[in-house]
Amino acid sequence: MNLIRIYGLFLRHFYLITRSFPRILDLIYWPSIQITLWGFISNFFASHSSYYNNAVGVILTCAILYDFLFRTSIGFNMLFLEEIWSRNFTNLFISPIKISEIITSLIFTALIRALIGLIPAIILTSPIFGISILDLGFYLFFLFLSLYIFGITLGILVSSGLLRFGPSFENIAWSTMFLLAPFGCIYYPIETLPEIFQKIAYSLPLVYIFEEARNILINNTVNLENLFTALKLNAVYLVLAISLFYFSFNVARKKGTLINIGE
Amino acid sequence: MKNLVEVKNLKKSYDLKEAVRGISFKIKDNEILGLLGPNGSGKTTTIGMMLGLLKPSNGEIIIDGKKIEDNRIEILKKINFISPYIELPKKLTVKQNLIVYGKLYSVPDIKKRIEYLSEKLRLEDLLNRITGELSSGQKNRVSLAKALINNPKVLLLDEPTASLDPEIADFVRTFLENYKKEKKISILLASHNMNEVTRLCKSILMMKDGIIIDSGSPEDLINKHGRQNLEEVFLKLSRNKNEFN
Repeated sequence: MNLIRIYGLFLRHFYLITRSFPRILDLIYWPSIQITLWGFISNFFASHSSYYNNAVGVILTCAILYDFLFRTSIGFNMLFLEEIWSRNFTNLFISPIKISEIITSLIFTALIRALIGLIPAIILTSPIFGISILDLGFYLFFLFLSLYIFGITLGILVSSGLLRFGPSFENIAWSTMFLLAPFGCIYYPIETLPEIFQKIAYSLPLVYIFEEARNILINNTVNLENLFTALKLNAVYLVLAISLFYFSFNVARKKGTLINIGE
Repeated sequence: MKNLVEVKNLKKSYDLKEAVRGISFKIKDNEILGLLGPNGSGKTTTIGMMLGLLKPSNGEIIIDGKKIEDNRIEILKKINFISPYIELPKKLTVKQNLIVYGKLYSVPDIKKRIEYLSEKLRLEDLLNRITGELSSGQKNRVSLAKALINNPKVLLLDEPTASLDPEIADFVRTFLENYKKEKKISILLASHNMNEVTRLCKSILMMKDGIIIDSGSPEDLINKHGRQNLEEVFLKLSRNKNEFN
Protein backbone atom coordinates (compact mmCIF):
# COMPACT_ATOMS: atom_id res chain seq x y z
CA MET A 1 0.00 0.00 0.00
CA ASN A 2 1.14 3.50 -0.85
CA LEU A 3 0.73 6.00 1.99
CA ILE A 4 0.97 9.03 -0.32
CA ARG A 5 -2.05 7.87 -2.33
CA ILE A 6 -3.97 7.08 0.86
CA TYR A 7 -3.11 10.57 2.14
CA GLY A 8 -4.13 12.07 -1.24
CA LEU A 9 -7.65 10.67 -0.97
CA PHE A 10 -7.86 11.72 2.68
CA LEU A 11 -6.75 15.21 1.68
CA ARG A 12 -9.55 15.43 -0.89
CA HIS A 13 -12.15 14.98 1.88
CA PHE A 14 -10.22 17.00 4.44
CA TYR A 15 -10.20 20.00 2.08
CA LEU A 16 -13.90 19.52 1.46
CA ILE A 17 -14.80 19.48 5.14
CA THR A 18 -12.49 22.27 6.27
CA ARG A 19 -13.45 24.60 3.43
CA SER A 20 -17.08 24.65 4.41
CA PHE A 21 -18.39 25.90 7.76
CA PRO A 22 -21.92 24.55 7.03
CA ARG A 23 -20.42 21.09 6.52
CA ILE A 24 -18.64 21.20 9.89
CA LEU A 25 -21.82 22.52 11.51
CA ASP A 26 -23.80 19.71 9.92
CA LEU A 27 -21.36 17.14 11.30
CA ILE A 28 -21.71 18.55 14.83
CA TYR A 29 -25.39 19.51 14.77
CA TRP A 30 -27.11 16.12 14.47
CA PRO A 31 -25.12 14.20 17.10
CA SER A 32 -25.58 17.10 19.53
CA ILE A 33 -29.35 17.24 18.95
CA GLN A 34 -29.64 13.45 19.17
CA ILE A 35 -27.67 13.21 22.37
CA THR A 36 -29.43 16.16 24.02
CA LEU A 37 -32.78 14.55 23.24
CA TRP A 38 -31.71 11.21 24.67
CA GLY A 39 -30.26 13.01 27.67
CA PHE A 40 -33.69 14.33 28.66
CA ILE A 41 -35.36 10.97 27.94
CA SER A 42 -32.67 9.32 30.01
CA ASN A 43 -33.30 11.69 32.92
CA PHE A 44 -37.02 10.95 32.76
CA PHE A 45 -36.53 7.16 32.71
CA ALA A 46 -33.99 7.33 35.50
CA SER A 47 -36.55 8.94 37.79
CA HIS A 48 -39.45 6.67 36.71
CA SER A 49 -37.88 3.23 36.21
CA SER A 50 -36.42 0.83 38.72
CA TYR A 51 -34.29 -0.83 35.99
CA TYR A 52 -32.30 2.34 35.36
CA ASN A 53 -32.28 3.51 39.00
CA ASN A 54 -28.67 2.70 39.58
CA ALA A 55 -27.31 3.99 36.35
CA VAL A 56 -28.87 7.22 35.14
CA GLY A 57 -26.44 7.39 32.24
CA VAL A 58 -27.24 4.04 30.67
CA ILE A 59 -29.58 5.27 27.96
CA LEU A 60 -27.50 8.32 27.20
CA THR A 61 -24.29 6.30 27.06
CA CYS A 62 -25.92 3.81 24.69
CA ALA A 63 -27.23 6.71 22.61
CA ILE A 64 -23.69 8.09 22.30
CA LEU A 65 -22.30 4.66 21.39
CA TYR A 66 -25.04 4.13 18.79
CA ASP A 67 -24.47 7.57 17.35
CA PHE A 68 -20.78 6.79 16.95
CA LEU A 69 -21.71 3.62 15.03
CA PHE A 70 -24.22 5.52 12.92
CA ARG A 71 -21.81 8.38 12.13
CA THR A 72 -18.98 6.01 11.20
CA SER A 73 -21.17 4.01 8.84
CA ILE A 74 -22.89 6.99 7.25
CA GLY A 75 -19.54 8.81 7.12
CA PHE A 76 -18.01 6.03 5.03
CA ASN A 77 -21.01 5.99 2.69
CA MET A 78 -21.00 9.77 2.39
CA LEU A 79 -17.37 9.80 1.33
CA PHE A 80 -18.18 7.32 -1.40
CA LEU A 81 -21.37 9.11 -2.46
CA GLU A 82 -19.49 12.41 -2.56
CA GLU A 83 -17.43 11.08 -5.47
CA ILE A 84 -20.61 10.13 -7.34
CA TRP A 85 -22.40 13.42 -6.64
CA SER A 86 -19.39 15.48 -7.74
CA ARG A 87 -18.97 13.35 -10.92
CA ASN A 88 -15.42 12.67 -9.82
CA PHE A 89 -15.89 8.91 -9.70
CA THR A 90 -14.17 8.18 -13.02
CA ASN A 91 -11.21 10.41 -12.17
CA LEU A 92 -10.72 8.50 -8.94
CA PHE A 93 -10.93 5.05 -10.49
CA ILE A 94 -8.59 5.85 -13.38
CA SER A 95 -5.94 7.07 -10.97
CA PRO A 96 -3.46 4.43 -9.81
CA ILE A 97 -5.03 4.04 -6.37
CA LYS A 98 -5.62 0.46 -5.29
CA ILE A 99 -8.93 -0.73 -3.86
CA SER A 100 -7.16 -1.49 -0.56
CA GLU A 101 -5.87 2.10 -0.47
CA ILE A 102 -9.33 3.54 -1.14
CA ILE A 103 -10.79 1.46 1.70
CA THR A 104 -7.96 2.38 4.08
CA SER A 105 -8.25 6.07 3.31
CA LEU A 106 -12.02 6.12 3.69
CA ILE A 107 -11.84 4.13 6.95
CA PHE A 108 -9.52 6.73 8.43
CA THR A 109 -11.47 9.70 7.05
CA ALA A 110 -14.78 8.28 8.31
CA LEU A 111 -13.30 8.11 11.82
CA ILE A 112 -12.26 11.77 11.67
CA ARG A 113 -15.76 12.73 10.46
CA ALA A 114 -17.43 10.74 13.23
CA LEU A 115 -15.18 12.24 15.91
CA ILE A 116 -15.76 15.82 14.68
CA GLY A 117 -19.45 15.24 15.33
CA LEU A 118 -19.22 13.20 18.45
CA ILE A 119 -16.60 14.89 20.60
CA PRO A 120 -18.60 18.13 21.06
CA ALA A 121 -21.70 16.04 21.81
CA ILE A 122 -19.85 14.01 24.46
CA ILE A 123 -18.48 17.20 26.00
CA LEU A 124 -22.06 18.56 26.18
CA THR A 125 -23.38 15.63 28.20
CA SER A 126 -21.20 16.21 31.22
CA PRO A 127 -22.29 19.77 32.21
CA ILE A 128 -25.91 19.39 31.04
CA PHE A 129 -26.75 15.91 32.32
CA GLY A 130 -23.91 15.21 34.74
CA ILE A 131 -23.06 12.06 32.81
CA SER A 132 -19.72 11.04 31.39
CA ILE A 133 -19.24 8.23 28.92
CA LEU A 134 -15.80 7.80 30.48
CA ASP A 135 -17.61 6.01 33.32
CA LEU A 136 -17.25 2.93 31.12
CA GLY A 137 -13.57 3.11 31.96
CA PHE A 138 -10.83 1.27 30.13
CA TYR A 139 -13.35 -0.99 28.34
CA LEU A 140 -14.84 2.01 26.55
CA PHE A 141 -11.97 1.70 24.07
CA PHE A 142 -13.00 -1.85 23.13
CA LEU A 143 -16.66 -0.87 22.84
CA PHE A 144 -15.75 2.03 20.55
CA LEU A 145 -13.37 -0.17 18.57
CA SER A 146 -16.06 -2.79 18.00
CA LEU A 147 -18.61 -0.19 16.98
CA TYR A 148 -16.09 1.49 14.68
CA ILE A 149 -15.28 -1.79 12.94
CA PHE A 150 -18.97 -2.65 12.53
CA GLY A 151 -19.79 0.86 11.28
CA ILE A 152 -17.02 0.61 8.71
CA THR A 153 -18.19 -2.88 7.76
CA LEU A 154 -21.69 -1.58 7.04
CA GLY A 155 -20.17 1.34 5.12
CA ILE A 156 -18.13 -1.03 2.96
CA LEU A 157 -21.17 -3.27 2.35
CA VAL A 158 -23.30 -0.33 1.20
CA SER A 159 -20.45 1.05 -0.94
CA SER A 160 -20.17 -2.38 -2.57
CA GLY A 161 -23.83 -2.01 -3.53
CA LEU A 162 -23.16 1.48 -4.89
CA LEU A 163 -20.28 0.11 -6.97
CA ARG A 164 -22.35 -2.76 -8.31
CA PHE A 165 -25.73 -1.08 -8.81
CA GLY A 166 -24.81 2.59 -9.10
CA PRO A 167 -26.49 5.62 -7.51
CA SER A 168 -29.87 3.85 -7.41
CA PHE A 169 -28.49 2.02 -4.38
CA GLU A 170 -28.20 5.35 -2.54
CA ASN A 171 -31.41 4.96 -0.54
CA ILE A 172 -30.12 1.73 0.96
CA ALA A 173 -27.12 3.70 2.20
CA TRP A 174 -29.40 5.73 4.44
CA SER A 175 -31.54 2.88 5.68
CA THR A 176 -29.07 0.16 6.73
CA MET A 177 -28.56 1.45 10.23
CA PHE A 178 -32.28 1.82 10.84
CA LEU A 179 -32.83 -1.74 9.63
CA LEU A 180 -30.29 -3.18 12.07
CA ALA A 181 -31.06 -0.93 15.04
CA PRO A 182 -33.94 -3.06 16.42
CA PHE A 183 -31.66 -6.13 16.46
CA GLY A 184 -28.82 -4.23 18.10
CA CYS A 185 -30.66 -4.06 21.46
CA ILE A 186 -29.31 -0.57 21.90
CA TYR A 187 -31.71 0.66 24.57
CA TYR A 188 -33.19 -2.60 25.90
CA PRO A 189 -32.00 -6.07 26.96
CA ILE A 190 -32.07 -8.83 24.37
CA GLU A 191 -34.83 -10.66 26.27
CA THR A 192 -37.19 -7.93 25.06
CA LEU A 193 -36.99 -9.32 21.52
CA PRO A 194 -39.11 -12.25 20.30
CA GLU A 195 -37.13 -15.49 20.19
CA ILE A 196 -36.67 -15.51 16.43
CA PHE A 197 -35.31 -11.95 16.53
CA GLN A 198 -32.99 -12.91 19.38
CA LYS A 199 -31.34 -15.45 17.07
CA ILE A 200 -30.71 -12.73 14.48
CA ALA A 201 -29.49 -10.36 17.19
CA TYR A 202 -26.98 -12.92 18.49
CA SER A 203 -25.45 -13.17 15.02
CA LEU A 204 -24.59 -9.45 15.10
CA PRO A 205 -21.83 -7.90 17.19
CA LEU A 206 -24.08 -5.04 18.30
CA VAL A 207 -25.99 -6.97 20.93
CA TYR A 208 -22.76 -8.01 22.70
CA ILE A 209 -21.50 -4.43 22.68
CA PHE A 210 -24.65 -2.83 24.09
CA GLU A 211 -25.32 -5.66 26.55
CA GLU A 212 -21.81 -5.19 27.84
CA ALA A 213 -22.12 -1.42 28.10
CA ARG A 214 -25.26 -1.90 30.24
CA ASN A 215 -23.55 -4.62 32.24
CA ILE A 216 -20.61 -2.35 33.08
CA LEU A 217 -22.80 0.61 34.04
CA ILE A 218 -25.56 -1.23 35.92
CA ASN A 219 -23.71 -4.17 37.50
CA ASN A 220 -20.23 -2.68 37.68
CA THR A 221 -18.80 -5.91 36.29
CA VAL A 222 -17.10 -6.75 33.03
CA ASN A 223 -17.85 -9.82 30.94
CA LEU A 224 -14.83 -10.09 28.67
CA GLU A 225 -16.49 -12.84 26.67
CA ASN A 226 -19.01 -10.31 25.30
CA LEU A 227 -16.19 -8.05 24.14
CA PHE A 228 -14.28 -10.91 22.52
CA THR A 229 -17.39 -12.29 20.81
CA ALA A 230 -18.14 -8.84 19.39
CA LEU A 231 -14.59 -8.51 18.08
CA LYS A 232 -14.64 -12.02 16.58
CA LEU A 233 -17.94 -11.40 14.80
CA ASN A 234 -16.64 -8.03 13.63
CA ALA A 235 -13.57 -9.65 12.12
CA VAL A 236 -15.73 -12.13 10.19
CA TYR A 237 -18.12 -9.46 8.89
CA LEU A 238 -15.27 -7.11 7.97
CA VAL A 239 -13.49 -9.77 5.91
CA LEU A 240 -16.80 -10.60 4.18
CA ALA A 241 -17.49 -6.92 3.46
CA ILE A 242 -14.02 -6.29 2.01
CA SER A 243 -14.30 -9.44 -0.13
CA LEU A 244 -17.70 -8.26 -1.37
CA PHE A 245 -16.24 -4.84 -2.21
CA TYR A 246 -13.54 -6.46 -4.39
CA PHE A 247 -16.15 -8.73 -5.96
CA SER A 248 -18.43 -5.75 -6.69
CA PHE A 249 -15.54 -3.84 -8.25
CA ASN A 250 -14.84 -6.75 -10.60
CA VAL A 251 -18.53 -7.14 -11.47
CA ALA A 252 -18.78 -3.36 -12.06
CA ARG A 253 -15.86 -3.62 -14.49
CA LYS A 254 -17.64 -6.40 -16.34
CA LYS A 255 -21.06 -4.72 -16.35
CA GLY A 256 -19.78 -1.21 -17.13
CA THR A 257 -21.19 0.39 -13.97
CA LEU A 258 -17.95 2.27 -13.29
CA ILE A 259 -18.37 4.23 -16.52
CA ASN A 260 -22.08 4.92 -15.99
CA ILE A 261 -21.61 6.07 -12.38
CA GLY A 262 -18.99 8.58 -13.41
CA GLU A 263 -21.11 10.45 -15.92
CA MET B 1 8.99 4.29 -33.88
CA LYS B 2 7.83 1.81 -31.30
CA ASN B 3 4.18 1.13 -30.54
CA LEU B 4 3.27 2.51 -27.15
CA VAL B 5 -0.25 1.10 -27.29
CA GLU B 6 -1.32 -2.16 -28.89
CA VAL B 7 -4.92 -3.25 -28.94
CA LYS B 8 -5.49 -6.79 -30.17
CA ASN B 9 -8.85 -8.31 -31.14
CA LEU B 10 -10.64 -6.35 -28.40
CA LYS B 11 -14.24 -7.32 -27.66
CA LYS B 12 -16.79 -6.20 -25.11
CA SER B 13 -20.24 -7.70 -24.69
CA TYR B 14 -22.99 -6.73 -22.24
CA ASP B 15 -25.49 -9.55 -21.89
CA LEU B 16 -26.97 -9.63 -25.41
CA LYS B 17 -25.29 -6.54 -26.85
CA GLU B 18 -21.84 -6.52 -28.42
CA ALA B 19 -20.47 -3.01 -27.91
CA VAL B 20 -17.00 -3.68 -29.35
CA ARG B 21 -16.51 -6.57 -31.77
CA GLY B 22 -12.88 -7.47 -32.20
CA ILE B 23 -10.94 -4.30 -32.95
CA SER B 24 -7.16 -4.05 -33.28
CA PHE B 25 -5.00 -0.96 -33.60
CA LYS B 26 -1.70 0.54 -32.50
CA ILE B 27 -0.61 3.96 -31.32
CA LYS B 28 3.01 4.83 -31.97
CA ASP B 29 5.27 6.91 -29.79
CA ASN B 30 4.63 10.64 -30.31
CA GLU B 31 1.51 10.05 -32.38
CA ILE B 32 -2.04 11.43 -32.16
CA LEU B 33 -4.50 8.81 -33.34
CA GLY B 34 -8.04 9.96 -34.07
CA LEU B 35 -10.96 7.77 -33.09
CA LEU B 36 -14.11 8.69 -34.98
CA GLY B 37 -17.54 7.21 -35.10
CA PRO B 38 -21.19 8.02 -34.52
CA ASN B 39 -22.74 7.83 -31.06
CA GLY B 40 -22.94 4.23 -29.91
CA SER B 41 -20.17 3.06 -32.21
CA GLY B 42 -18.03 1.77 -29.31
CA LYS B 43 -15.54 4.63 -28.82
CA THR B 44 -16.32 5.22 -25.14
CA THR B 45 -16.33 1.49 -24.44
CA THR B 46 -12.91 1.17 -26.08
CA ILE B 47 -11.54 4.06 -24.01
CA GLY B 48 -13.14 2.58 -20.88
CA MET B 49 -11.26 -0.68 -21.46
CA MET B 50 -8.00 1.19 -22.07
CA LEU B 51 -8.49 2.97 -18.73
CA GLY B 52 -9.19 -0.26 -16.87
CA LEU B 53 -12.75 0.81 -16.05
CA LEU B 54 -14.13 -2.02 -18.16
CA LYS B 55 -12.99 -5.59 -18.38
CA PRO B 56 -12.68 -6.76 -21.99
CA SER B 57 -14.72 -9.84 -22.90
CA ASN B 58 -11.88 -10.88 -25.17
CA GLY B 59 -8.58 -9.63 -26.58
CA GLU B 60 -5.90 -7.60 -24.90
CA ILE B 61 -4.58 -4.08 -24.43
CA ILE B 62 -0.84 -3.62 -24.10
CA ILE B 63 0.45 -0.24 -22.97
CA ASP B 64 4.17 0.42 -22.75
CA GLY B 65 4.83 -3.30 -23.10
CA LYS B 66 2.45 -4.46 -20.36
CA LYS B 67 -1.05 -5.95 -20.44
CA ILE B 68 -3.53 -3.75 -18.63
CA GLU B 69 -5.48 -6.67 -17.18
CA ASP B 70 -2.39 -7.94 -15.36
CA ASN B 71 -0.80 -4.55 -14.54
CA ARG B 72 -3.74 -2.16 -14.10
CA ILE B 73 -2.23 0.04 -11.37
CA GLU B 74 1.21 0.20 -12.97
CA ILE B 75 -0.28 1.26 -16.32
CA LEU B 76 -2.65 3.80 -14.77
CA LYS B 77 0.43 5.61 -13.46
CA LYS B 78 1.50 6.22 -17.07
CA ILE B 79 -1.78 7.25 -18.66
CA ASN B 80 -4.47 9.85 -18.07
CA PHE B 81 -7.79 10.94 -19.43
CA ILE B 82 -9.93 14.01 -20.03
CA SER B 83 -13.60 14.16 -20.89
CA PRO B 84 -16.21 16.92 -20.57
CA TYR B 85 -18.52 14.33 -18.98
CA ILE B 86 -16.45 13.92 -15.84
CA GLU B 87 -15.49 16.65 -13.42
CA LEU B 88 -13.14 17.47 -10.60
CA PRO B 89 -14.57 18.03 -7.09
CA LYS B 90 -16.42 21.33 -7.43
CA LYS B 91 -15.97 22.62 -3.88
CA LEU B 92 -12.18 22.39 -3.86
CA THR B 93 -9.95 25.10 -5.23
CA VAL B 94 -8.05 24.42 -8.44
CA LYS B 95 -4.80 24.12 -6.51
CA GLN B 96 -6.30 21.71 -3.98
CA ASN B 97 -7.60 19.51 -6.79
CA LEU B 98 -4.20 19.45 -8.45
CA ILE B 99 -2.49 18.65 -5.13
CA VAL B 100 -4.93 15.79 -4.47
CA TYR B 101 -4.36 14.28 -7.91
CA GLY B 102 -0.65 14.91 -7.61
CA LYS B 103 -0.71 12.74 -4.48
CA LEU B 104 -2.94 10.09 -6.07
CA TYR B 105 -0.43 9.82 -8.93
CA SER B 106 2.52 10.02 -6.50
CA VAL B 107 4.02 12.97 -8.42
CA PRO B 108 7.51 13.59 -6.94
CA ASP B 109 7.56 17.42 -6.84
CA ILE B 110 3.90 18.43 -6.95
CA LYS B 111 4.54 22.14 -6.36
CA LYS B 112 6.92 22.36 -9.30
CA ARG B 113 4.59 20.34 -11.53
CA ILE B 114 1.63 22.60 -10.68
CA GLU B 115 3.75 25.68 -11.40
CA TYR B 116 4.78 24.25 -14.77
CA LEU B 117 1.23 23.31 -15.80
CA SER B 118 -0.22 26.57 -14.47
CA GLU B 119 2.15 28.54 -16.63
CA LYS B 120 1.55 26.40 -19.74
CA LEU B 121 -2.22 26.40 -19.35
CA ARG B 122 -2.54 29.96 -18.02
CA LEU B 123 -3.96 28.88 -14.71
CA GLU B 124 -1.92 31.12 -12.38
CA ASP B 125 -4.86 33.39 -11.58
CA LEU B 126 -7.23 30.48 -11.12
CA LEU B 127 -5.28 28.40 -8.63
CA ASN B 128 -7.08 29.73 -5.56
CA ARG B 129 -10.51 29.86 -7.19
CA ILE B 130 -13.24 27.30 -6.39
CA THR B 131 -13.32 24.82 -9.27
CA GLY B 132 -17.12 24.73 -9.48
CA GLU B 133 -17.25 28.49 -9.98
CA LEU B 134 -15.09 28.52 -13.11
CA SER B 135 -16.36 28.95 -16.67
CA SER B 136 -16.45 25.93 -19.03
CA GLY B 137 -13.25 27.05 -20.73
CA GLN B 138 -11.45 27.50 -17.41
CA LYS B 139 -12.69 24.13 -16.13
CA ASN B 140 -11.48 22.50 -19.32
CA ARG B 141 -7.97 23.88 -18.82
CA VAL B 142 -8.00 22.72 -15.19
CA SER B 143 -9.09 19.23 -16.27
CA LEU B 144 -6.28 19.25 -18.79
CA ALA B 145 -3.83 20.16 -16.04
CA LYS B 146 -5.15 17.26 -13.94
CA ALA B 147 -4.79 14.95 -16.95
CA LEU B 148 -1.15 15.99 -17.34
CA ILE B 149 -0.26 16.07 -13.63
CA ASN B 150 1.45 12.66 -13.83
CA ASN B 151 3.35 13.51 -17.02
CA PRO B 152 1.55 10.68 -18.84
CA LYS B 153 3.07 8.70 -21.68
CA VAL B 154 -0.40 8.08 -23.12
CA LEU B 155 -3.22 10.61 -23.02
CA LEU B 156 -6.79 9.64 -23.84
CA LEU B 157 -8.99 12.54 -24.90
CA ASP B 158 -12.74 12.23 -25.24
CA GLU B 159 -14.16 15.33 -26.94
CA PRO B 160 -11.59 17.63 -25.32
CA THR B 161 -13.01 20.79 -26.87
CA ALA B 162 -16.74 20.04 -26.69
CA SER B 163 -18.77 23.05 -25.52
CA LEU B 164 -15.79 25.41 -25.74
CA ASP B 165 -15.88 28.68 -27.68
CA PRO B 166 -13.67 28.74 -30.83
CA GLU B 167 -10.90 30.80 -29.21
CA ILE B 168 -10.48 28.53 -26.19
CA ALA B 169 -10.86 25.42 -28.36
CA ASP B 170 -8.03 26.72 -30.53
CA PHE B 171 -5.91 27.39 -27.46
CA VAL B 172 -6.45 23.79 -26.28
CA ARG B 173 -5.58 22.34 -29.71
CA THR B 174 -2.44 24.45 -29.99
CA PHE B 175 -1.47 23.47 -26.46
CA LEU B 176 -1.93 19.76 -27.26
CA GLU B 177 0.15 20.06 -30.44
CA ASN B 178 2.98 21.79 -28.60
CA TYR B 179 2.82 19.53 -25.57
CA LYS B 180 2.98 16.42 -27.76
CA LYS B 181 6.00 17.83 -29.61
CA GLU B 182 7.75 18.73 -26.37
CA LYS B 183 7.01 15.56 -24.38
CA LYS B 184 6.69 13.05 -27.25
CA ILE B 185 3.57 11.52 -25.76
CA SER B 186 0.99 9.37 -27.55
CA ILE B 187 -2.57 10.60 -27.73
CA LEU B 188 -5.86 8.91 -28.58
CA LEU B 189 -8.37 11.56 -29.58
CA ALA B 190 -12.07 10.72 -29.77
CA SER B 191 -13.91 13.66 -31.25
CA HIS B 192 -16.89 14.68 -33.32
CA ASN B 193 -15.13 17.82 -34.45
CA MET B 194 -13.72 16.92 -37.88
CA ASN B 195 -11.65 20.08 -38.21
CA GLU B 196 -9.98 19.27 -34.92
CA VAL B 197 -9.22 15.71 -36.03
CA THR B 198 -7.93 16.86 -39.42
CA ARG B 199 -5.65 19.37 -37.73
CA LEU B 200 -4.28 17.17 -34.94
CA CYS B 201 -4.23 13.60 -36.27
CA LYS B 202 -1.92 11.98 -38.78
CA SER B 203 -3.99 8.82 -38.73
CA ILE B 204 -7.61 8.02 -37.99
CA LEU B 205 -9.75 5.03 -37.11
CA MET B 206 -13.40 5.10 -38.15
CA MET B 207 -15.63 3.01 -35.88
CA LYS B 208 -19.19 1.92 -36.40
CA ASP B 209 -21.28 -0.74 -34.66
CA GLY B 210 -18.30 -1.87 -32.58
CA ILE B 211 -15.86 -2.46 -35.43
CA ILE B 212 -13.26 -0.40 -37.28
CA ILE B 213 -14.75 0.23 -40.72
CA ASP B 214 -11.89 2.25 -42.15
CA SER B 215 -8.56 3.79 -41.24
CA GLY B 216 -5.81 5.98 -42.68
CA SER B 217 -4.65 9.56 -42.76
CA PRO B 218 -7.31 12.29 -43.19
CA GLU B 219 -6.06 12.93 -46.75
CA ASP B 220 -6.14 9.23 -47.67
CA LEU B 221 -9.68 8.83 -46.39
CA ILE B 222 -10.89 11.96 -48.19
CA ASN B 223 -9.34 10.79 -51.47
CA LYS B 224 -10.43 7.16 -51.06
CA HIS B 225 -14.07 8.12 -50.54
CA GLY B 226 -14.00 10.92 -53.11
CA ARG B 227 -15.17 13.61 -50.71
CA GLN B 228 -14.17 17.23 -50.07
CA ASN B 229 -13.35 16.92 -46.39
CA LEU B 230 -13.35 14.57 -43.43
CA GLU B 231 -16.83 15.59 -42.31
CA GLU B 232 -18.24 14.34 -45.61
CA VAL B 233 -16.33 11.09 -45.24
CA PHE B 234 -17.71 10.71 -41.72
CA LEU B 235 -21.26 11.34 -42.93
CA LYS B 236 -20.90 8.87 -45.79
CA LEU B 237 -19.57 6.10 -43.57
CA SER B 238 -21.89 6.68 -40.64
CA ARG B 239 -25.03 7.11 -42.79
CA ASN B 240 -24.33 3.92 -44.64
CA LYS B 241 -27.01 1.51 -43.31
CA ASN B 242 -27.75 4.12 -40.62
CA GLU B 243 -31.09 3.98 -38.87
CA PHE B 244 -31.89 7.53 -40.07
CA ASN B 245 -31.62 6.62 -43.77
